[in-house]
Amino acid sequence: MRTRSATRLTIFAVILLTALYGWGQETQSSEDQRLNLEAHVGKMTGQARVGQPIYKRFCIGCHGPLGDGQGENAQWIDPKPRNFTTATFRCRSTPTGTLPTDQDLYDTIGRGLVNSNMPHWLPLTNHDRVNLVAYVKHFSPRWLKEKSGTPIEIPKEPEPTADRIKVGQTLYQKLECWKCHGVEGRGNGPSADTLTDDENRPIRPFNFHDSEKFKCGTADWQMYKDFMTGLDGSPMPSFVDNVKPDEAWDLVFYLRTLQPMNSKEKQIAKQLGLKPIAGAAQPPANNPQ
Amino acid sequence: MRLRFAVASSRKRALLSGFLLSTFTLFFFLVASSTESGAIPAFARKYGLPCSACHEAWPMLNVFGQTFKDNGYQLMNDRDSPIWQNPSYWPATFRITPHWHRESVNTVSVDTPAGANAGLSRISSNGFDLTGLDFHTGGTLYQNISFYVLPSSDATGAFHFETVMARIDNIAKSSWLNLKLGKYELDNIISEKRILTISNNGGVYHLYHFIPPGDSNIWGQMGDNQLGMELMGHSVNDRTRYSVSLLSSNDGTVGLPNRNAYSGFVTASQAFDAGYQGGVDRIGAYYFGGVAPTTAIMSGGAPILGVGNKGFNREGVFGLLYVKKLDFQIFYQHGSDSAFFGTSTPSNAPLPAGARSPIWNGVFVETHYVWNPQLLFIQRSEFIRMSQQAMAGTDPRLGDVDAFTFGYRWYPIMFSRAGFAWHNEYSVIRQHGTAPTGGNLASSSLMAGFDFDF
Repeated sequence: MRTRSATRLTIFAVILLTALYGWGQETQSSEDQRLNLEAHVGKMTGQARVGQPIYKRFCIGCHGPLGDGQGENAQWIDPKPRNFTTATFRCRSTPTGTLPTDQDLYDTIGRGLVNSNMPHWLPLTNHDRVNLVAYVKHFSPRWLKEKSGTPIEIPKEPEPTADRIKVGQTLYQKLECWKCHGVEGRGNGPSADTLTDDENRPIRPFNFHDSEKFKCGTADWQMYKDFMTGLDGSPMPSFVDNVKPDEAWDLVFYLRTLQPMNSKEKQIAKQLGLKPIAGAAQPPANNPQ
Repeated sequence: MRLRFAVASSRKRALLSGFLLSTFTLFFFLVASSTESGAIPAFARKYGLPCSACHEAWPMLNVFGQTFKDNGYQLMNDRDSPIWQNPSYWPATFRITPHWHRESVNTVSVDTPAGANAGLSRISSNGFDLTGLDFHTGGTLYQNISFYVLPSSDATGAFHFETVMARIDNIAKSSWLNLKLGKYELDNIISEKRILTISNNGGVYHLYHFIPPGDSNIWGQMGDNQLGMELMGHSVNDRTRYSVSLLSSNDGTVGLPNRNAYSGFVTASQAFDAGYQGGVDRIGAYYFGGVAPTTAIMSGGAPILGVGNKGFNREGVFGLLYVKKLDFQIFYQHGSDSAFFGTSTPSNAPLPAGARSPIWNGVFVETHYVWNPQLLFIQRSEFIRMSQQAMAGTDPRLGDVDAFTFGYRWYPIMFSRAGFAWHNEYSVIRQHGTAPTGGNLASSSLMAGFDFDF
């Protein structure tokens, strides 16, 4: 009996070890495969293997050795560093739910993210940044299975006018942007305190009065892009199905009137005497009779 | 940190022995207390970045750290103002290096116990020791307004202000206009304050402090922090940068020791990607020149005010070149002092017959092999050659310097709360004709210790 038990145990152990070895090989193979990932920006080609030491030098403290946003400093940082393993990115030129282009990631690294600990890494060489893009991609197997989304088309920007700004303001109310961003765009809408990101962490809506920049850039077209692609991983949805391109531009112009710097839109708003929207319709007055 | 070499004329050699020993002692003392640097875990704590984000190996800055510094200790991500910080955040850091070292000088004039000259001897000493303590504090006071205060002590704990400055950045929203006022390091891209070698001989760039034998100009040392005002500017990505400083010619000494003596430091550089990976390459040029006193008004036998200004200048080019894990820092200097300085003649006295400006040229190449951000190997070779002595009859090679340094730094830990390195280094310097015998004066340093800051 004892011999038979020992034999069974040995066979079980061999099977287990073989399975573990096989799994380890597969994991290693997958890792190797992902380390062969490339990124292409313009004429530059980035390689994940080359990006690895650059990532270790500059990024590991926040994004962590596994790219899961659990670096040693993550606990002190708010908003939390991006988790690259899910390949979900805020700033994209591609439709919601799709992978960003290499150019999108390259631009984010170079631009940084406003109101976060992510600085702009413009001082690095262009090659370093494109190698970093390749290494960032290697953290998620999605890049082996899926292709980047097709960038959305951005129509030519029209001239901001008083009418457009008024339409933008109406849309701000109609689309209920104010519920999160507040009636004055200060990020203090009635839903603001309830919002969470895709990892169920509390998240604050953008305060337009705080900065001359938007989340994903400083130019009008970048704000337009945010409406149409949404900021994946955050409660900010894509409005591509609800907003016509012209209307999206109107929203951009209205949001410009909320920002702290002097702009053409702000001057127009001043001439119009634009007041903040009312927000939710006032409840009917309570009539005791 | 001032490197004073022996006066070489034969009639003065008799006085040289005691002077050399005291110079050696002074040099040892000053260098031992001069390990101040800009390694600031306080910044890393504020922004949550690892040391390696800003430092090729702390304290030496990489291109990102240089940009951070040039932006007035700001990442420019709208979170720079202290209002964003936890109120308990205190931007302070200290650095000190307990170590063992061995110092050796080949020829020193020694005395008998009675004080009479007993002749020449090789002096070697070794033992455990401390450097001075640097207590860095710096950062933003508000968006685009920052400060830096560095009380620094010698190894006995006697403090002085190594750096005290405030700066206003991005004036008129332009990165090209940044103003700094106070006592600060000159805008040397190859920074001696962030030097990776820290032994007595290897802890300085000799070219930054070179004074020809017999020259009295101690005011033109571009390695010393200076008092003044600097206008500095750079492109957003810091590829192109310039700075112009107006300085009091007092080598950073407070209390207006020199009257109406000013100098200027101008530098500009351009960075580029040569395509060999490893970092951003840069080339640039600098000019440091002005006037400084040759003598002083005395009171009670003590100098109270420098007067009799005469000119000096140092100019040259520098480069940072990266080839994968290797990088090279290259520095060239052409220097010259007034003949009054060169012959140690006060301006109100006649120059010796045939006196002329001393002129020299020098170069150093420092190489780093960065195995990874936690281990790097260092070598530096430095050469200074006199091209014209102040007196025509002087040995043309008198004062020439050859200096070599080798070492490595290993950082067992490197994260955003503190820095800790095991440092091991050997450095040797040889100066032509300045030994008491008229031969070459050579000294060497061997050191090993823990270099840490928190």
